[in-house]
Amino acid sequence: MIAFIVRRLLLLFPVLLIVGVIVFTLVHLTPGDPASVMLGRDATTEQKDALREQLGLDEPFHVQFVQWFGDALRLDFGDSLFIGKPVTEALLERVQPTGLLTLYSLTLSILIAIPAGVIAAVRANSLPDRLLMVVSIGGAAIPSFFFGILLILLFAVVLGWLPSGGYADIGDDPVQHLRYMLLPTIALGFSAAGLLARLVRSTMLDVFNEDYVRTAYAKGLLRRRVVLGHALRNAMIPVLTVIGISLAGMLGGAVVIETVFNIPGMGRLLVQSVTRRDFPVVQGAVMTVAAIQVLVMLLVDVLYVYVDPRVRYGGD
Amino acid sequence: MAVTEFRGVANHAAVATPDRGRGWRRWRLSAITPASRYYWLRLLLQNPAALASLGLVLLIFLMAVLAPIVAPHEPNFVDPAVRLQAPSADHVFGTDDLGRDVFSRVVYGARISLLVGVSVMVGATVMGSLIGLVAGFYRRLDTLLMRVMDGLEAFPSILLAIAIMATLGPATRNVIVALSVVYTPNIARLVRGTTLMNKHQPYVESARAIGMRDFPIMRRYIFMNSLSPLIVQGTFVVAFGILAEASLSFLGAGVPPETPTWGSMVSSGQPRLQQAWWVSVFPGALLVATVLATNLSGDGLRDALDPRTRKR
Repeated sequence: MIAFIVRRLLLLFPVLLIVGVIVFTLVHLTPGDPASVMLGRDATTEQKDALREQLGLDEPFHVQFVQWFGDALRLDFGDSLFIGKPVTEALLERVQPTGLLTLYSLTLSILIAIPAGVIAAVRANSLPDRLLMVVSIGGAAIPSFFFGILLILLFAVVLGWLPSGGYADIGDDPVQHLRYMLLPTIALGFSAAGLLARLVRSTMLDVFNEDYVRTAYAKGLLRRRVVLGHALRNAMIPVLTVIGISLAGMLGGAVVIETVFNIPGMGRLLVQSVTRRDFPVVQGAVMTVAAIQVLVMLLVDVLYVYVDPRVRYGGD
Repeated sequence: MAVTEFRGVANHAAVATPDRGRGWRRWRLSAITPASRYYWLRLLLQNPAALASLGLVLLIFLMAVLAPIVAPHEPNFVDPAVRLQAPSADHVFGTDDLGRDVFSRVVYGARISLLVGVSVMVGATVMGSLIGLVAGFYRRLDTLLMRVMDGLEAFPSILLAIAIMATLGPATRNVIVALSVVYTPNIARLVRGTTLMNKHQPYVESARAIGMRDFPIMRRYIFMNSLSPLIVQGTFVVAFGILAEASLSFLGAGVPPETPTWGSMVSSGQPRLQQAWWVSVFPGALLVATVLATNLSGDGLRDALDPRTRKR
């Protein structure tokens, strides 16, 4: 087990390296050079050359990359061209809204998807099952930003129950915080819930055909015990992977949702940095999110062993 | 999944329905027997949900192509006299904050959505098929190519698209390039899978035995056998592409603002949601309808092309 985790952690490095190469190459390919951006239009060629040398931009590509990647591994992404702070500091300031939004949305989607999927599977082809199908197909077609706008229209504009956007720190005012986060959470969590519920349904239906489910019924267990104790536990294995994948999707979705609801998170920062061409921040934010996603997938692999005792990763 | 297998199933069933009819009857759907290579077309057209969604896709496509005829106004014509007017007979979807006709802009917006969706599908399919074929065929390149694909997939897709757009700058062509790259790993993985499955089939071995070179074998025997899953996946890539373009344009990182797109229209209507809901809601609704219809067409195609994945 330990050996497995260690091996997976070592495998993490090449993936992060490739991710790093992609991010670095992208920014390197960008037309316009950082020295001119930082110094403005009036700078002389000598000034630009001096700054370029100072920033190490006159070095060959691979030297620059090694330098940058080494720093990035130590979570140092350089300084923002615009905010005048280290990128890491700027990202850390923005991490709370994004982290909480993702967490709430994931919780919401699991809380909806598992009961809905189980009910749909137990009563396959019933009205609730068909309803789930329609809602999840529809949910997959609605982009989160438009769903968010519709929520704002209903709950903020027409009913006036909730604010249409903004953010309150959870430490300052928890109630206000939840009022601000409710609509973004629904916007982000709902479409993931549809996909997840369909998966729970189909794996549950597969599991219902297994021998151990028949055995459980045969020994006289209640239906509830069989469904929740035997079937659901086994159906969770593929579901766990998809929860990991949807968490990654939510990190991406948060970028869009933060813009819709004007939440000062990492995603909002990233979008703003793209428009003002603040490349160190773009690099840092994209790199961070990709690293989080890779770590989440690793966590999912490890959790597998706990959910499914049959899985023993080789070597031990 | 594989075309050959599918025909095998079809031939078997053909014995039961030999009657093809005469004259115009030959053109009825039921004249396409299970033995025909076009039997999937019959399955597709007899599926009401797929037929309706294909119809809707066709309608939106026609609307996009005939935009100058369909749109009652110039999409970018600014008329301050009619700012933020509610839907009426003259402006069926109302007007926006600059007095532009929302309906006309929605009609023109369909052009960008469909252009991006279809081009991304073509781009991702071409790149993904090449990478998938080569990775599946040559073991030595497999690890390298697939690790690069892993790296691309380590980003949430919208994030990778934003990062590429930050590099290339806002332009329709760049959106297409960015999203094609984003969805390439998806296709590459699919084609690699079917390549690995087909590589050791007897017909590939015999093609090699008669002296065929690698590339013709890949094109003729391996790629052609990946075609039906590729068509199905391609439909979904069109839908993803349309959604992603709308998200990028909504964020202001996509198509330049002067071109009307559904995503940027939704975004431009947001600050005035209270006075003029129609500016955001109509383009958004059309976006949802288009993506839904494309997805359902994909489901229908999958059911028709691959009898094994029918829903239970």
